[in-house]
Order: sequence, then structure tokens, then C-alpha cells
Amino acid sequence: MKTIRLFDIAHGRSGDKGDTSNIGIIARKPEFYPILVETLTPETVKSWFGPICKGKVERFELPNIQALNFLLHEALGGGGTVTLKLDAQGKTMAAALLKMEIQVPDELEV
Amino acid sequence: MKTSIRIAAGQGFWGDLQRAPVDQVTHGQIDYLVMDYLAEVTMSIMQKQKQKDPALGYARDFVSVIEKILPDLMSKNIKVIANAGGVNPFACRDAVLEVAKKLGITGLKIGVVHGDDILKRLPEFLETGIELENMDTGESIWKVQHRLLSANVYFGAFPIVEALDQGAQIVITGRCTDTGLTLAPMIHEFGWKNDDWDLLAAGTVAGHILECGAQASGGNFLGDWKSVPDFANIGFPIAEAHPDGTFIITKHESLGGLVNTMTVKEQLLYEIGDPTQYIGPDVVADFTSIQVEDAGENRVKVFGIKGRPNTPFYKVSASYEDGYFSSSTLVYSWPDAAEKAKAAGEILKKRLDLLGFQFDEYNAEYIGMNSCHGHLADKVEDYPEVMLRVSVRGSDKKSMTGFGMEIAPLILTGPPAVTGFAGGRPKPSDIVAYWPALIPKTVISPKVEVTG
Repeated sequence: MKTIRLFDIAHGRSGDKGDTSNIGIIARKPEFYPILVETLTPETVKSWFGPICKGKVERFELPNIQALNFLLHEALGGGGTVTLKLDAQGKTMAAALLKMEIQVPDELEV
Repeated sequence: MKTSIRIAAGQGFWGDLQRAPVDQVTHGQIDYLVMDYLAEVTMSIMQKQKQKDPALGYARDFVSVIEKILPDLMSKNIKVIANAGGVNPFACRDAVLEVAKKLGITGLKIGVVHGDDILKRLPEFLETGIELENMDTGESIWKVQHRLLSANVYFGAFPIVEALDQGAQIVITGRCTDTGLTLAPMIHEFGWKNDDWDLLAAGTVAGHILECGAQASGGNFLGDWKSVPDFANIGFPIAEAHPDGTFIITKHESLGGLVNTMTVKEQLLYEIGDPTQYIGPDVVADFTSIQVEDAGENRVKVFGIKGRPNTPFYKVSASYEDGYFSSSTLVYSWPDAAEKAKAAGEILKKRLDLLGFQFDEYNAEYIGMNSCHGHLADKVEDYPEVMLRVSVRGSDKKSMTGFGMEIAPLILTGPPAVTGFAGGRPKPSDIVAYWPALIPKTVISPKVEVTG
């Protein structure tokens, strides 16, 4: 097995709806999608963000575009115009998730 | 019936590139230019402007854009749809007519969609038991009734279609869904019915891709931003729509930017919830049915989209005053940049406490260290420099003003090698909070007026 970053096999975009951070993660190749489904469960994502996400994490699957959509509740310091966070709309949250290191088979070409 | 129409995005928000709509009408053929001006709390800003001057309360940028492109619109028969009307769509229309007069252009037909502004109708709703419960908290709008700044219903595509059917060349709306701006010309040109759910869903998805402007054509592209050609002249996206609901996302060849399956997929996922039910006023679209396919250089085919019947509700976007916000920054250089920034944040907090100031929240962040990613940011042994950003929120004006007077003194009374205090004492600004709710469609009627 070898260690890679999620960013090597996926990309994404993030934004906000109130105090909920929305993170879309997309496989760079269709064959990477099963790895995302297996690795990025609501539990692993909740645990990765730790104190940043105070509420629950919901995951939705979009196999048609090889993507996952996450909703991180209570993750934006109150959200919208109320939050004091510099990243008020969670625009950098997708990048934060893509930093995650994962184990993949040595033969996987990324 | 036309076999295809080209709908071009011109603005992704109020304050987007002013050049973009001009490029869209001059760098190639398009049939429609659609421009989104309204973010969640934009209406509150416009209400405040209208309170000060009854002739204001709309996106004035739109009028200056029209001034630049109106001759092209007329000669090329391009139609414009924009939710630039804000809380004063008739004033916006009059300003556009004024521009036309100045340019010597006659016979311009302008449609106005209104009836979305329900601020004055709230007492009537409350009396009849419509409490506009907050979709996040479930609380009745009674709670913030006296602090409300704006309340608007999101209309969909059909009122715009009515204006187009009556021959309007420019359609100005108040609050209307971003996606409705793009869906409307498809309904108008292709004769789609109000229960053609799959087709309405397809037009809605096209609208979702266009609604944030260049975010679908290379802007904010996390996949591979270095592969995006000529950011300086970035082209905004164009949807080439067909009567069967399939469409191609593309851009003008002579402009910069990038359209491929990756850029389109990123925008598809932007700010959505449950992808199986993307709820709008006209239809519920299923994003898990969307197929995306490479169709040549800077061309992506989108097809296969399914939709379901719409709901009996309109979404309401209300905003209310919720105290004050203030923020300021200082930059600490090597040595001990991180430690000094943290110490300064703590010293400031202690001074504010000693002065007896009251805040609902105090937040110190360290830009350059971890302000974006918190504990997920990599640790660095010795930072060359760190920017301290301190922010407060509260309802006590004296404390909020007092906060602003405590920043600059840190330079001479705190840790050394500090700079970057610019712009004078920060002044508290009003916080406008957002109140999302639903309202039965039965009590609301969109109104359309076409003149000229």
C-alpha cells in the first residue's frame, strides 16, 4: 500500500447554506469513485474535521458524475453574515478535506 | 420553433466582472444574456438604499452595463433577463429607459416582474396563521418582526416567460431564482409546458451551471487551476439549449477560461443539499440523473435529466437586523511571529474584559497559520509572518465602538515587530441575518408588466 492525498484522485468545490458547509468531492477518474465511497463516510469526514464541524455530517452519492456531496452542519460559526470566521462561507473547506491522506494499492496510478 | 438557443451568463453576483456581459454580446453569437445580482442578503442592502432615496433599491450596475451593450442588443436582437430590480424593479426599468433615451434608442420593450416583495404583507399573513417559520430553527417570524429589513418570495421562470411572450426585450425582476433566469427563455422558445417536469428540470440544471458566472468556465477551479488559459480575459459560460432538454455548456472561443467536464461537475455540486431533490418553484430536479459528457474543446454535453412535480410552496428570503460586527488586523513578523500574534490576541481580550465591554462573540484568527483550515493546517517551525485578525459581534454599541479603539494601541503597548494597521479605527457595521421560510403559493401572485 502507498499513501496519497485525496487531492491526487479527487477535486471539489465548497460553499454554504446558512451554518451548513456544503462540500462536493469528485473523482478525477471514474475508477477512483469507489475509493471515495469507501474512504469518505460521514464518520470519517466528521472525525477529520473534528472541532470545525459541531453538528452531524450527511453524505449523498452521485454515481452519475462520480461524486459525493457532504453537508456539514454547524460548521461555519453561525453562518452567513453572522459568523466571525474569515472563511465565512466555507469556500476553502473542500481543499481542507482533500488534504486527507489515504492508503491505496501500490499499483493504483494517480 | 428554434432548434437551439444560446443563453449566456453575464454576472454571477452583484459586483462581478463588469466586462463580462459586454464580452458576451460582442465576442460571438448569443440569443439571451442572463444576469444574477441577488445573494441572500442583497435585498436588505437595497431596502436600506430605498429608505434613503425612493428612486434607489436596485442594482445600479445593471443600468451602466445596459448603457454599454444596448446598441448591440438592439442590432443583434439579444434579449436580457436580470434579477437586477431588487426591491424597486420599476425604478430600475425607468433608469434603463432613461439610458435608451440618451442613446437615441426607441421602441425598447421592457418587462417587469414584481409581487415578490412581501414585507408590507407580513401582518396580514401573521393574522391568517402564516407564521413563516424559520426553515432552520422552526421559530415564528414574530420573533424578529420588528427588526425585519426585507422579505421576498422567490419566483421561478414562468412570470419571466409571460414577459417574453408579450415581447419584452429586457426583463427585470425582483427576487427570482437564479435558475429561473435561464429556464425562462427555454420555456418561451420551445413551448415547454408547466408540467414537462424533465424539461423544466433540465433548464433548471442549466441555470444552476450558469448562475455563478465563470465558476463553470474555469474560475475557482480546484481540479487544475493552472490549466485554465488567460484568466485575465476569462469567458463566462454559455448554454446551448435544445427543445429536448439536452444542452451544451460552452464559452466564446476568443475569450479565456476553460469548460470541461471537471469545471462543470464542480459547479453542479456547488451549494446543493440532497441531490435527489433540488427544489425550485417550478420543478424538483434530480441531480443524480444528470449525465455529463465531453463534446469537444470547451464543450460539455449535459443530458438525461429527470424532474418531479413542484411543491405547493414558494421559498421566502427575509432578512433582519442582528447586532453589530467589527474586525481588524495586525501583522507580526519574525521572530516568534505566531507566538506574538497569539499573545496580542490574548492581551487585547484581557483589555476588553477590563473595560467591561460585552460581546456575543470574540474571535481571534491567525492568517498565514491556520485561519482557513484550523487544526488541519500543517505546522510550521518558525513562521516568517502571521496576520492576527480579531473580530467581535454584539448588540452593545458602546462595546463595539470601544473595540475599535483598542487595536492601534497594541502596536506601542504589545509584542514587537508589528505592522500592517491600515485604514484607521474599525467602525462597527450592521449585521443583517437571513431568515429562510416557506409560504403557500396560493397567497402569492406574481405580476408582470410590459411597457414600450
